[in-house]
Amino acid sequence: MSITETTTRAKTAKEQTSVAVEKAWSMPDWAITTVSLVVLIGLWQAAAPFIDPLFGSYPSQIFSSFLVMMESGTLAKAFWQSIQPFFAGYLLAALIGVPAGLLLGRYRVAEAALGIYVMAGYATPLIALVPLLMVWFGLGFAVKMVIIFLLAFFPICINTWVGVKAVPKTLVEVGTAFCAPQSRIMRQIVLPATLPYIMAGLRLAIGKAVIAMIIAEFLTAISGLGGIIINAANSFRTAEMFVPIICVMILAVVLDRLVAWLERKVAPWQSEIAGEHA
Amino acid sequence: MAHVELLNVSKTFALKVKGVQRHARALDSLSFNVDKGEIVALAGPSGCGKTTALRIIMGLENASSGSVKVAGRQIAGCGFDRGMVFQHAELLPWRSAVENIKFGLEMKNLPQKEIDERAERFLNLVGLGHAKDHRPHQLSGGMKQRVGIARALAIDPEVLLMDEPFGALDSQTRETLQMELLDIHQRTGKTVIFVTHDLDEAVLLADRVVVMVGGHLREIIPIELERPRSDMRLIRSASEFARKRTMIWEALHEPAKPHELAA
Repeated sequence: MSITETTTRAKTAKEQTSVAVEKAWSMPDWAITTVSLVVLIGLWQAAAPFIDPLFGSYPSQIFSSFLVMMESGTLAKAFWQSIQPFFAGYLLAALIGVPAGLLLGRYRVAEAALGIYVMAGYATPLIALVPLLMVWFGLGFAVKMVIIFLLAFFPICINTWVGVKAVPKTLVEVGTAFCAPQSRIMRQIVLPATLPYIMAGLRLAIGKAVIAMIIAEFLTAISGLGGIIINAANSFRTAEMFVPIICVMILAVVLDRLVAWLERKVAPWQSEIAGEHA
Repeated sequence: MAHVELLNVSKTFALKVKGVQRHARALDSLSFNVDKGEIVALAGPSGCGKTTALRIIMGLENASSGSVKVAGRQIAGCGFDRGMVFQHAELLPWRSAVENIKFGLEMKNLPQKEIDERAERFLNLVGLGHAKDHRPHQLSGGMKQRVGIARALAIDPEVLLMDEPFGALDSQTRETLQMELLDIHQRTGKTVIFVTHDLDEAVLLADRVVVMVGGHLREIIPIELERPRSDMRLIRSASEFARKRTMIWEALHEPAKPHELAA
């Protein structure tokens, strides 16, 4: 092969890479999401003439209902009412679920003695317990918090438990080889190695907690966002019913993003290893 | 006095094969001594028990019978008198290079100032001053193992135990790290026991090679190459190198002796 030939080849290769780099530009994720939302809302709105306001609703109508409810203050009040037991129950689930999962995963006796209840609790339709919970905790804040706690607890606990099981044995051995006591192996090896699983559990639990919140408001004292939904539906004010539903959706998405952001903060190495863009 | 003494160390694992409880004898009455400052290689094919022997010396596993003494004292589990270098480095992925080196020092409960100072010193000893804040996934295989070696050395153990430390590296990186290990040994005079299946590596680094087959000690072969062995070319062309390499090879390929078949 002559020198000129080699250089030409090198040159073409170089040009090709530069072309590849230009092609590599792609739409940012947030832009794709925005376009997707605009298209969906646009199509929904376009279908407005065919929607009977009794059986359905469409974006502009929902938005005007939203403005009315904002002005009267009912929405903000309901939101505040819902969010309190929501956060209380969810945080309690995280505070108890994570340590419980760590213990189940790490100690054979704990796993053999209590694991079966956790699995059973996860598989049970906990909504069936609501009537009993009402007898125990009444109709107010406490019972709502307990329902939310119960639904959020299991995904957090089980994910943590599975995560501990997945910690490579050799990493624990590093701790043993350097004479780390059990408590430090737990805190400095098992816990950080399990963080990605814990965060996944926390994200799953948001969805569960939102469901629990609405169901609690349907079945116990009618209040909050769930209360608006049921009252509006009972009087066929369909557009008004959609407002809290959409609020709840937005709440869930925002919280999910928040936990995902938190995950990148507390476990940055994970997304780096996975090659996920921050 | 011998620094590390193994006396009749045996290890039996219980395992289930197709639902039937079986016992596998990984080590059978293994006895050998390692002198202070000596480098000893445990060599043999995979499954010969060399890694099990090393893990028992570290205290990561208990011997089924027999005793292990370090500096005249019977070992009871792990201790800071022994430092372990793992086969795949096994760095903690959430800690940077320097923080990984600090791990053992933290477990030793040293004052923070000394932890910082020592971690920095051993980071530089293995030539990774520039990669101080890199996380393991940002390090190459050779760099990871350097951190692994620094982490073990930082706690200032009397005995350095290495489980196929260079087995997963490419041949050039392996040679560089072998030279560095010889250099570190020359400077610190630590007792080193390492496991390898690479006969060249065994002859190159060790003062004595413990040849193991099927959980038994086959032969202990002394290597009479002068130290410091810093010139790789000179050592590899020495007749002693070729002779000892052949001796180990022959020891490995000998038919099993009667006492080995007994178990």
